[in-house]
Amino acid sequence: MRRSVIPVVAHRLAILCYVVFALFPLFWLLKVSITPNDLLYSEGVRMWPSRTTFEHYTHVLRHSDFPTFFKNSVIVSGSTAVVVTVCASLSGYALSRFSFRAKYWIVALMLLTQMFPLVMLVAPIFKMLSPLGLTNSLTGLVIVYSAFNVPFATFLMQSFFDGIPKDLEEAAMIDGATKFTAFRQIILPLTLPGIAATLGFVFTAAWSELLFALMLINGNDAATFPVGLLTFVSKFSVDFGQMMAAGVLALIPAGLFFLLIQRHLVRGLTAGAVKG
Amino acid sequence: MSLTGTINGNRTSTPFVKRLADASEPYLYSAPALILIIGVMMVPLVVGISYAFRDIQLLNPFSGGFIGLDHFRALSEDAAFYRALKNTLWWTGASVFLQFFLGLILALLLDKPFWGRGLVQALVFLPWAVPSFLAGLNWAWLFNPVIGPLPHWFFAMGLMDQPGNLLSDPRLAMWGPIIANVWWGIPFFAITLLAALQSIPRDLYEAASIDGASWFQRFFSITLPFLAPTIAITVLLRTVWISNFADLIVVMTGGGPADRTQIVASYIFTQAFKRLDFGYASAIALVLLVLLLAYSMLIILLRQSLLSKD
Repeated sequence: MRRSVIPVVAHRLAILCYVVFALFPLFWLLKVSITPNDLLYSEGVRMWPSRTTFEHYTHVLRHSDFPTFFKNSVIVSGSTAVVVTVCASLSGYALSRFSFRAKYWIVALMLLTQMFPLVMLVAPIFKMLSPLGLTNSLTGLVIVYSAFNVPFATFLMQSFFDGIPKDLEEAAMIDGATKFTAFRQIILPLTLPGIAATLGFVFTAAWSELLFALMLINGNDAATFPVGLLTFVSKFSVDFGQMMAAGVLALIPAGLFFLLIQRHLVRGLTAGAVKG
Repeated sequence: MSLTGTINGNRTSTPFVKRLADASEPYLYSAPALILIIGVMMVPLVVGISYAFRDIQLLNPFSGGFIGLDHFRALSEDAAFYRALKNTLWWTGASVFLQFFLGLILALLLDKPFWGRGLVQALVFLPWAVPSFLAGLNWAWLFNPVIGPLPHWFFAMGLMDQPGNLLSDPRLAMWGPIIANVWWGIPFFAITLLAALQSIPRDLYEAASIDGASWFQRFFSITLPFLAPTIAITVLLRTVWISNFADLIVVMTGGGPADRTQIVASYIFTQAFKRLDFGYASAIALVLLVLLLAYSMLIILLRQSLLSKD
C-alpha cells in the first residue's frame, strides 16, 4: 500500500502544475481588470486586490469604441461561420460520398492551402480587394476568412459524413428521393452536431484572426476586436485596467464556444491532420 | 434477378442529359468551396509570386515595373533577413520541442483515470481556446514589470539583475513569444496525443505487467511505438505551422528589440504592413515558400526511405 502513495501524489502534483500554468495568465487578466487604478501600482504583485471594482468594464462599454469592435467581430465571425459551413458541408459531402476524377486533385489543393504561409497573401489580397472597394469593409474580411477556413472545415465535415452509414441515403433513394433530397432531409439532420462543431471552429478562427484584419482595415468603423484592442494598446498604453477589461470581453465568445465544443475537440483537431 | 435486370436496363438507357447531371453532381457540390479557394488563395498566390519580380510600393504611384531579380539580389545582402532566418529556426525549434514534450507529459498524466479528470481536462485545454492576439497581449502584460508579476519573481529568484521587461532585453526577448506559444500550444499536442493514447488496446499493458515489465519498459515498447505515427505527423505539420505563425511576435514585440525576435513570417508582414513595400515582401515570401517546400520534400523522402527499410 505505502509504495503506491508516492506515484499518486507525484501524479496529482504534476497535474496541479499544469492547471496553474494554464490558468494563471487568465487569472491575472481578470485580476487586473477588476483592480481599481489607485491600487494597481501600490499593490503590484498581490494575488488579489484589497478592493475590487467594475469601473474599467463600465468605462470600456460606455465610453469607448469597443462595443462597435465587438459588433463588427460578431458580424464578421458569424457570417464567415455560416458561409464556410454551407460550402464545407457541400464539398465535404462530395468528398465523402462520391468517387470522381478530380477528387484527388481537390484534396491535394486543399492540403496545399494548409501548408503555405498565409502571410504571403497579405500584399496581393490587399492589392486585389482595394479596386473592388473591399478593403476597410466587413464584407471583404468575410470573403477572405471564408476562403481561409473552407479547406479545414471541408475535412472536418467529411469526417462527420464518413461516420454516417451509406445505407441510409441508399434506402431513401430506393424510395424515390434524389441524391440531393436524401442529403438535405436525411444526412444533414444527422450531422447537426458536426455542423455545430464546424460553425464553432470557424467562428473562433475568424474571431482570432489578426494580420489580415490589420492590413485590410484602417479606421475604427470597420475594425474588428483584435484590431481595436491593438490600436487601443498602442494609443493608451497606461490604461491597463481598461485594456484587460477589453481583453476579458474578447475572451467571452471563445470561452463559450470552448465549453460547447469540448466533446468534438479531438476529432476537430485531428481531422485536418489525418484525413485526406 | 429481375430487380437487378431492371436497374441495369435503366442505366444503359439513361438519357445523355441525366448522365451528365449525375457526373457533374460532385463538382456542383464542391464548386462553392473551390471558387473561394481558387479566387481568394490560389490567384493571390500566383499574383504574389509575380510581385516578387516587380517593384511594387503602395505609396509610390510610379512603381509597378518589372525589375527581374533585383529584390532577390537585395535580399541576399539583407542582414535582417538572415537574422530572421536564424530566429525562425530558433523560434520553431524551441516552440515545437517544448510544446511536444510538455504536451506528451500532460497526455500521459491525463490518460490515467482519477477523480475530477473531466474538469481538469477542460481547465488545462482552455488556453487553446484563447484567441492568439489575446494570448500574446496577456503574456506581454505578464512580462511587464509595471503590472505583471513575472519580472519580480524572476528578480526574487535571482534570474534577473533587476525586475525589467524580458521583452525589451535583446538577449532574452525571444523567450517571451516562445513561452506564450508553448502555453498556447501545449493543449493541441496533449489533445492529439491523448486521443492516440486512448486507442492503444489496454490488454497489451496488462499482459506486459503480468510478464513483469516496468513502467519504462512498457512506455518504450508499447506506448511509444503506438504513438510514433501520430507524433510524426503532428510534429511535422506543427513545425510548418509554427514557422509561419507571426501573430504572437507581431503582438508582443513587433520583431524588436533590434530585430532580435523577427522571424521570416513577421518580417514579411512588417515589410508589407509598415513599409508598404509589397514587391520586397513578396520576394521574401517566395523564398520562405521554397524553403518550406524543400522541408516538405525532405520529410516525404525521409518517410519513404524509412518505410522501405521496414
